[in-house]
This record gives sequence, C-alpha cells and structure tokens, in this order.
Amino acid sequence: MTKSYEEIPLTPISDSPSTINMTGLWRAFRPIVDISRCKKCTLCWKFCPDAAITLVDGVPVIDLKYCKGCGICAYECPAECIEMVKEGSA
Amino acid sequence: MRMVMTGNYASAYGAKVSKAQVIAAYPITPQTSIVEKLADFVSSGEMKAKFIPVESEHSAMAACVAASTAGARTYTATSSHGLTLMHEVLMWASAARLPVVMTNVSRAMAPPWSVWADHMDSVAQRDTGWLQFFCEGNQEVLDTIIMAYKVCESRGVMLPAMIIEDAFILSHTSEPVDVPEQELVDSFLPPYDPELRIEPGKARGFGSLVRPDQYMEFRYKAMLAMRDAHDRFLRVEKEFKQVFGREYGGLLDAYRCDDAEVVLVAAGSVAATAKDVVDALREKGQPVGLARLRGFRPFPHEEFRALAPKVAGMGVLDRSYTYGPAGAFYTEIKGSLYSCPKRPVMKNYIAGLGGRDITPRIIERIFEDIQLTTKRGGGDEVEWVDVAGLPRRWR
Amino acid sequence: MEVRFHGRGGQGVVIASEVLAKAAFRMGFEVSSFPFFGVERRGAPVTAFARIDRKPIRNKSSIYEPDYVVVLDSSLLRGVDVLEGLKAGGKVLINYPDGSPLPALPPTYKYYILDANAIAAAHGIGSKVTPIVNTAIMGGFARMCDWVSLDAMVETIRAVAPVKKEENVAAAREAYERTKEAA
Repeated sequence: MTKSYEEIPLTPISDSPSTINMTGLWRAFRPIVDISRCKKCTLCWKFCPDAAITLVDGVPVIDLKYCKGCGICAYECPAECIEMVKEGSA
Repeated sequence: MRMVMTGNYASAYGAKVSKAQVIAAYPITPQTSIVEKLADFVSSGEMKAKFIPVESEHSAMAACVAASTAGARTYTATSSHGLTLMHEVLMWASAARLPVVMTNVSRAMAPPWSVWADHMDSVAQRDTGWLQFFCEGNQEVLDTIIMAYKVCESRGVMLPAMIIEDAFILSHTSEPVDVPEQELVDSFLPPYDPELRIEPGKARGFGSLVRPDQYMEFRYKAMLAMRDAHDRFLRVEKEFKQVFGREYGGLLDAYRCDDAEVVLVAAGSVAATAKDVVDALREKGQPVGLARLRGFRPFPHEEFRALAPKVAGMGVLDRSYTYGPAGAFYTEIKGSLYSCPKRPVMKNYIAGLGGRDITPRIIERIFEDIQLTTKRGGGDEVEWVDVAGLPRRWR
Repeated sequence: MEVRFHGRGGQGVVIASEVLAKAAFRMGFEVSSFPFFGVERRGAPVTAFARIDRKPIRNKSSIYEPDYVVVLDSSLLRGVDVLEGLKAGGKVLINYPDGSPLPALPPTYKYYILDANAIAAAHGIGSKVTPIVNTAIMGGFARMCDWVSLDAMVETIRAVAPVKKEENVAAAREAYERTKEAA
C-alpha cells in the first residue's frame, strides 16, 4: 500500500534487520557435511558469504534458514567432505 | 575583525565560525589552502572539529555523508575533477537529505588541462539536488557559508549546499573580509539538531531499498524541500542583514535593473566587474543593468518572471558550455520565461571558459551587442565571446 | 591605482603584492591583490598584481595597464616584457645590482633602482646566493610611490614575516633610504 508523501520520513529507513529475509527459501541445492571426514580447518566458515555456518566443536553447522546453496563451502573444503545435493531429495 | 584575505581563507573562516564538526577533504588546486587553513585551526585547537584526511574526493563526500547521518555538521571543499569524482555521492547526499556544506572552487574541466576559472564543474552538478550559490567576492563566500548552514539544516529543507568561488579570481585574490565574532555567529546559527540520525544501540538502516510503488513520493518530498529553500533563503538573508549588517540581493541580485532597458545576467566574479561597467555606461546615459545570478539552485524563478516584463533585452553570460541548444543558465532562464506574456529579446554569450579573462571592455561590448540585438528584435541566439579565429573582435 | 610585480617562483612575488595590499589596507584604502602563475615551480616567472582604491573594488579582471611595475629579478628584463601596458609616465622599480649599468629602457617611464639582493643578503634574509628580496623591494616601493607610507609597509612586514621580523623590517627601511631614481 503506497504511503502518501506526507506520511513517509525524509529518507527510507529500515528498522527491521535483514534477518527477517529468509533466504534459505531460495535454495536449489543443499550442503550436506560428512562430519567423520571433517578436518576442522574452518575454511568453510570463513568462506561462507552469508555467515550461515557456525562452528560447533570446530565442525560446521549450516543454518538452513539462510543458506542459499551457493556451494562455495563444498568447493573450498580441502577434505571434500561437503556434498551439494538437490533440495528436496535428501 | 576586518582582515585582508583570500577567498579560500574566507571559506576556511566561514567553516570555522559555523563550527563545522567534521571536515573530510582531499587536496586539489586551487582549493588546497582552504583545507590547509582548516587543518591549522583544528591542530591548534582553535577549532573543535574532527579532521579526516581521505584518499580521494569520492571518499571525502562519503565521509561527510556518514558524519552528517550521525548528526554532525560537516564541511568539505573541492574543485573541478574532484567535484565530478564525487558526483554519485553528491546525488546521495541530497537524496538522503543531509545538509552538508561544501565550497567548490569552480575550475575548468580537462582536457585541455586548466586550473583556471570556469563554471563547468559546478553547472554539471545542477542535477544533483544541491543548493548552489555563486559568489562575487570573498566576504560573500564567508557569509554565504554561515547562511547555507542555517537554510540547509532547517527541517523544511535538509538539503546540501555548495558555495562557489571562482578559481584564482576569488580563491587566490586577497581583499578585505570581516570575520564576524563567534558570539554573533552563535546567536544566528544554532547547533545542528537533525530529527533522524544514526544512534548507537538503535539499529536502523538509512536510504534502504524502495520499490517502484513508493520511490516517487521520496523525490516529491525533496522537490518540496528545494522549493521551500527559495523562500527560506530569502528570510535567512533578511535575518543575516539584521544581525551582521550585510546582504547580497537574494537569489537574483538585481543591480540598477529597475529602470534598465537591457540587462546582463551573469554569475560569479564577472558580475562584480560588470557592475563597474554598468556604472560607467550609465554615466554615458545608457539604461543598462546587471542581474547577478547568485542562487542557481533553488532557481530564482519568480525573480526572473518579475524582471522579464520590465526589460526589452536580456543577455545571459554562461561561463560553461553544456553541449545543449544554448548555455545552461540561458536555457533555464528562457524556459522559466516561456509562459510569460511579455518577454525580452534574449541572447546567450559563452565567455570566460578556462579562465579567459572577461575584461570591462569585453563586458561593454556585450552590452553593446545586447542593445543592438534588442533593437533588431533578435538574431543569432548564441555567441561565443573572444574566440580566436571568429571574425568578431571583443578586446 | 594598479601595480604589477614580476619575479620568479620562490622569490616571494605573491607575498610582495599581498604586503602592498595589506599596507594600503592599514592606511584605510580598499585593496585587491592576486597572482598569476602557470604551473608552480621554483624559478618560473611569476606575475602578481595589486589594485588600490578609495572605494570598494569590484573589478575582478586582470590588470593590463598598471601605473607601477616592480621587477624583483633583473634577469627578467631580458626574457619578459615587464613594461607591457605600463601607462605613459608610469614608474618602474627594478632590483638591480649596484654599479652595473642598466640596459637600454624606454624613456617614457621613470625608473627607480635598488640593489635588493645586497640589502637582503646583508640582513641575512634568505641565503647569500639566493636572498629573499621581497621585503627590501617593498621598502623601495614606499620610496618610489610616495603615498604609501613606509610606516604602514614596515608594520605590515613585521606582521607578515614568519621569521626574522626585525631583519626584514631593517631591510625595508634601508631599501627605502637607498632607492634612487635612475638618470
């Protein structure tokens, strides 16, 4: 609903954080981590462009509410322990 | 306190007495002494401001935008290629409704490389939403900075302003300037107190994405602000006169135009020289006047429409060339007068580019030409003045 | 009144023009002074100007027909037309070494000679090889142009000189005494 020019502030202001935007819904491929082969190098955590990876005891935990499935973590993992699988199949 | 100083020092003192809180600037000829003087003021403690040396003019304006968003009164200065480098951030500053005040030392654009006076850099920013004031002397530079803060920071405006000094002609020319007492300036200019600002602990984003269904309303508000700036500037100048005893003729400084048959419209230092020429021609019985375009934004629409029916001929001097059908000032004035029932014969003179001196003799010849063209009822609408190779002699 | 100054970058030509403007301002005149340079570099010819009037100065164009010309560096007499536009009967102050014969100069003007290099060097202003002559020259100007008072010039020099204030003042006073009209 378009607000009248009299009702809007001087400049657009967003006071809700971008975390309300559930970008996980955009995902076509999902990362699956094989923890047994993880070397705890933390590279996946460093590379994730969305900060959607948290390290728990050195091992990656993917936040699926935000992960867009870009595949960078799988690409960068030196142990090749992350696999991108089609969303909906796993 | 009246002292002999350059236009650049007048700018620095203007920012000082206006108590600018954040200064972010990058050096460029012929602006450098503004920033050096301010750096002196800050390092000596005479001025309580944060001075941020940045790596480019683009960064300078970005830093000013950020500081202004945080609620600080900001100031910067630049010239020519520095100003054009900032272009996208200038657009941001005005659309974000931030009252940044900047001195632009108006200098020609390259190539050819030139450090001398020319209005192309300033005129090229006329679309950015900045208020633009062209000064004819150093006192005006200092005073207009103070007035600009007052106009721009008012809730109905909240737009940035540039105060324009002609390169070398004002920036490096020393003349008497009165630096007003700090208490007097404080009584006229209250501290900057914006309604909206970034506040620690209150997470907000400014200038966020807006879809096509809401964008226009923001621009409409900005248009209303520029329109409000017109009347507010005139009120602020009246107040300034009461407090400091000086005034500059509003947005269109009409000199001896009341009983003039023809007038010349010009902006910047050339207008000051032209006032001398008007006096000399009046001595000879010629009814001429000079309308100095002081504010280009907000455009003095009503002022031109009031002047137009009173004069038979109007010459417009553009110290820039914008590749359009005629000069920038000319085209806008002509457009403004289109619906006037009674309009003067008009002619555009492109002069003074790249610092080419516009002598009193040349201005006399321009007045002769306006009078001749007016008698004829018109003629060639645009003429380039003092170009080697063209048949007309102007010197 | 319009004055043009000729010198080389680094000699303080622009400051000389400012000193004149400030001295005249001190005396109650309206003033305007400005430089013209190409891209700045030590040794390149620099021109500076000053306008002095009783009423506020609006004219912002350059000076083409000065009443006075000041030459801070005599080597410019060969390369630059320092007399261009000088009004008939105009006065010229030249920094010229004592004892050396002047080159041929048009008789329509009045010439004043001053060995500003020697005076500046004697007072330790700048180095012996490259003395800074602008304050001495302005003392000479006060002699050549009798309506600018030496006192106003000296007060201005004292205010403007960043170092060696009294040496600069002394140089100006000595220059005032020793400036002579050329035969």
